[in-house]
Amino acid sequence: MVRAVSTAETAPTTYGWTIQAEALRVRAGRRMAVDGLDLSVDAGVHGLLGPNGAGKTTLMRSIATVLRPAGGTLTLLGEKVSGRLDLRGIRRQIGYLPQEFGFYRRFTVREFIEYIAWLKEMPAAEIPGAVQRAIERVGLTDRAQDRMKTLSGGMVRRVGIAQAIVNDPAILLLDEPTAGLDPEQRMQFRALLRELGTDTCVVVSTHLVEDVAAACTDVVLIDNGRLVFQGVPADLSAAAGDEAGDGDSAAERGYSAILRRHRDKQVK
Amino acid sequence: MNPSDHLSATALHHYVAGDVAVAADVLWAIEAHLENCAPCRARLGDTVIRQSPKTVSLLARVETDLAVSLARSPQMPVARRHRRVGRWAPPGLWPRLAMTVLVVAAALGLDLAGGARVWPSLVLLVAPVAPLLGVAALWSAGLDPAHELVVASPRAGLYMVLRRTLAVLVVIVPALAVAGWLTGASPAAWLLPCLAFTAGALALGELIGLRWAAAALGLAWTAAVITPSLLTLRVPLLLQPVSLPYWAALIAMIAVALVVRRDAYTGLRSTPWFVR
Repeated sequence: MVRAVSTAETAPTTYGWTIQAEALRVRAGRRMAVDGLDLSVDAGVHGLLGPNGAGKTTLMRSIATVLRPAGGTLTLLGEKVSGRLDLRGIRRQIGYLPQEFGFYRRFTVREFIEYIAWLKEMPAAEIPGAVQRAIERVGLTDRAQDRMKTLSGGMVRRVGIAQAIVNDPAILLLDEPTAGLDPEQRMQFRALLRELGTDTCVVVSTHLVEDVAAACTDVVLIDNGRLVFQGVPADLSAAAGDEAGDGDSAAERGYSAILRRHRDKQVK
Repeated sequence: MNPSDHLSATALHHYVAGDVAVAADVLWAIEAHLENCAPCRARLGDTVIRQSPKTVSLLARVETDLAVSLARSPQMPVARRHRRVGRWAPPGLWPRLAMTVLVVAAALGLDLAGGARVWPSLVLLVAPVAPLLGVAALWSAGLDPAHELVVASPRAGLYMVLRRTLAVLVVIVPALAVAGWLTGASPAAWLLPCLAFTAGALALGELIGLRWAAAALGLAWTAAVITPSLLTLRVPLLLQPVSLPYWAALIAMIAVALVVRRDAYTGLRSTPWFVR
């Protein structure tokens, strides 16, 4: 069914970038996990790569507005995220799948996504239709009535993706969404990502370089809380050049070559 | 909309006939109107039945074809009522509320068994801290699995915390009222301290996290009031009518502090300093 389009959705945007960070610093515990990051992204699928502890999850959390920046500026949808801003307007336009996706075991898939839609302040009349659409997009229609505790790990991950897209967000943040998906599901997920990326700013944090090469329009590589590289996946593959780096594919070799060069530069 | 703005019979006739002579913009206007106007859709239906038996038979065929697959695919049910309760209390809260009611019942049992003639009423002593067990669970990552999703949602904030607090009080206060009535403790004696501790936990929770705040206040009350009054066998001064104005003043101050720092409930907490 075609959804009615509201005037708010057709209004022209009045900002340059969907997500813009300038010298962003975010604390995780006592550590400054994001430390002077500059990043500008717009609609498209952005793969966020980096080694463990690079600050990926902290960056995702700060874009999801659950962690306040300790310094620098973060601008989402043209609004600067700062202490006194009423976040509700921005949060209604964000979809977020946290790295540790917790859920209520006794809820059915549909009940859980309805609950999240309610949390996102969607109009009550729109919720059933939006929930059904989200469930269909992740391919869980036949399990919609099952309780969450009966689902496999990959299915739970797909419920996580469904709850993130239920409000048709302008910013979609997926923290390691492919963990636990089998190869076929991963391919379906990549197709869904490409579809979403046409009008949504999707940020996907992942360890799997191949996911980025296959489904992303843009690669963002961070290390120690700073931006190391931003470009199209082809640039990543080309970055290795003739160097014999670690990795099985061109993209993986490019990834390790960029990181190595960055670290060498820092040592000097 | 004006009745004069409705579609003309001619326009409907051309639309149903699929007349190629209808200009694209007119067609657009007709469909835009039909989308929003139930009376005109009804007229469209009548026109189709009268004018185009081919469309009718096509629709019938689609219906029979769809019926097969519709019977197979699950339909959207209306949400069950008990899940709507989840909007007031996270699922993890219920076991804790049950536990609290059990504690109150145990205190009541000891009082009725004759203890109350020896020591001050246990129900009265535990009443101020009774909601804390539930309050600890209503906004913390350890006790609500979907906490990060809740905190990241537009509804997160003091309002949502207060809603959940209300869910705790709706269960605990009646339980305490019944227990107090059976032991002869007047509600006036414990209700204000009970509310002060609940609000105090919420306010302290803005600084150190709700779970730790509830634990700290519960321990403080146990150490400073419950234990001494069981040792001295006297009703503590804090629970005597003379203290009530002070409790009321305390609640007012806590309420101000709670509102001033309300933003604390819209973000994830970093771990408090004493558990790092």
